[in-house]
Amino acid sequence: MNVLIDNSELFLTGFKNTGILFIISAFFALILGTIVAGMRVSPAPAMRAAGTFYVNAVRNTPLTLILAFFALGYPQLGLPQISFMNAAIVGLSLYTATYVCEAIRSGINTVSVGQSEAARAIGLPFIPTLTLIVLPQAFRSVVPPLFSVFIALLKNTTVAAGFSVLEAGAIRAYLSERGEPLLPGLLWVALIFILLVLGILSPLQRYLEKKWKVAR
Amino acid sequence: MSSVLFDVPGPKARARYVYLNIITLLVVVGIIGFILIRFYQSGQFTAQKWELFTYPLVQQNLLKAIGATLSAFAVGAVGSLVLGIILAFGRLSDTKWLSRPCYWFTEVFRAVPLLILMMIMYYGLPSVGVTGITPFIAVVVGLILYNGSVLAEVFRAGIESLPSGQREAGLAIGLSNGQVLRSILLPQAVRAMLPVIISQLVVIMKDTALGFLITYNEILKYASDLGSQGDFGFPVVPALMVAAVIYVGLCLILSGVAKFVEFKMSSRVRVIKAKVGIAG
Repeated sequence: MNVLIDNSELFLTGFKNTGILFIISAFFALILGTIVAGMRVSPAPAMRAAGTFYVNAVRNTPLTLILAFFALGYPQLGLPQISFMNAAIVGLSLYTATYVCEAIRSGINTVSVGQSEAARAIGLPFIPTLTLIVLPQAFRSVVPPLFSVFIALLKNTTVAAGFSVLEAGAIRAYLSERGEPLLPGLLWVALIFILLVLGILSPLQRYLEKKWKVAR
Repeated sequence: MSSVLFDVPGPKARARYVYLNIITLLVVVGIIGFILIRFYQSGQFTAQKWELFTYPLVQQNLLKAIGATLSAFAVGAVGSLVLGIILAFGRLSDTKWLSRPCYWFTEVFRAVPLLILMMIMYYGLPSVGVTGITPFIAVVVGLILYNGSVLAEVFRAGIESLPSGQREAGLAIGLSNGQVLRSILLPQAVRAMLPVIISQLVVIMKDTALGFLITYNEILKYASDLGSQGDFGFPVVPALMVAAVIYVGLCLILSGVAKFVEFKMSSRVRVIKAKVGIAG
């Protein structure tokens, strides 16, 4: 308990930054993932190919490598410099977007063909069919897998600690600098993650799953 | 071809698709072109930055690093599968004092970030006097604990998705609970869950890269070491490009092999079904 109280400001800053990373990356991943999912189910072959290439390339690359590229490689390219925090947000968003895309795509496939046939029968073109008819239904059946993606994102934010972002994963390095006991400190970090995942996100996932269940 | 989202295109729609294709192509070419031009202008393609990879010593070390990644993957994958099966059996057991701990074990280890697990192993345990923890052990134990818990859930879901008649029939011919699980339910569950198991194996392969952050000498660690060579103009980007190609290649080979195994297994089932059909 002492480690937590003595270094409470460190734990607070760490988990605050974890929260910022999580929320902003989740926001951008959701937008980008939805766009890519739309591309992957679009009628134009070039769009499908571009979406598939992006998803396959990024999903088979370790997150650590993607973050390493934005933290270490990007500054060498002579583009406007970005902070390590923003670099981590870009990397996490690009990586998580592929998982969001796959979750949404599998959701789109659960919507029955009759729904969009009915939409076309009343004269809706492609984009309204997608945004008014198919996606609202797809998002509902997508809630459980999407939540799993975001739980994974929350845990993945710790990787940014390796690239100069002061968040939950970096608490260890600071504790070790201050000569604090490492094992209790790390166990506290693990416990807070367990509370966040098992105490908040998983129950929320079950609640939304029940509330938005699609009756078929 | 009618899908959920669009009908068979008529002449107008086909013309629109052509425009869409051209626009997409232009955007994609634009993005890739911008990246390549940026790389070129900032000198990422100069011979100085790539010369490093022509040295035999660098190539040998790169192979060693690939070997380190593969050995962590192999031990981690086998360990996770074994732990996953054990935990799944534990959770499905009728004895409360066995199924509850297994339930909490899988829940807790799936909730802790893998990197924190590895840090607890590599930095935490030695600080309380546990000796002999090498980065390899920390990486492998972390991989096994996390992915074992994930796979336990996969196996359990697979077993519970089987029709209950399978288990009842096994019990009816006098097999014990354990025998039913081992020889009747598990083989079918593994076959049903094979795609999920495969994607989890790819996850294990990618997660070996976390070893970089706890100083395990794998591909990414070696790439970043190469990137800090000032004599070659700090070739971070070339080294990371090489590492990315290797990782993507390894993951694609792994999913390729797994797809082949899946195909073989499913074709075997088909043969059995065909024979049953003739007999019936």
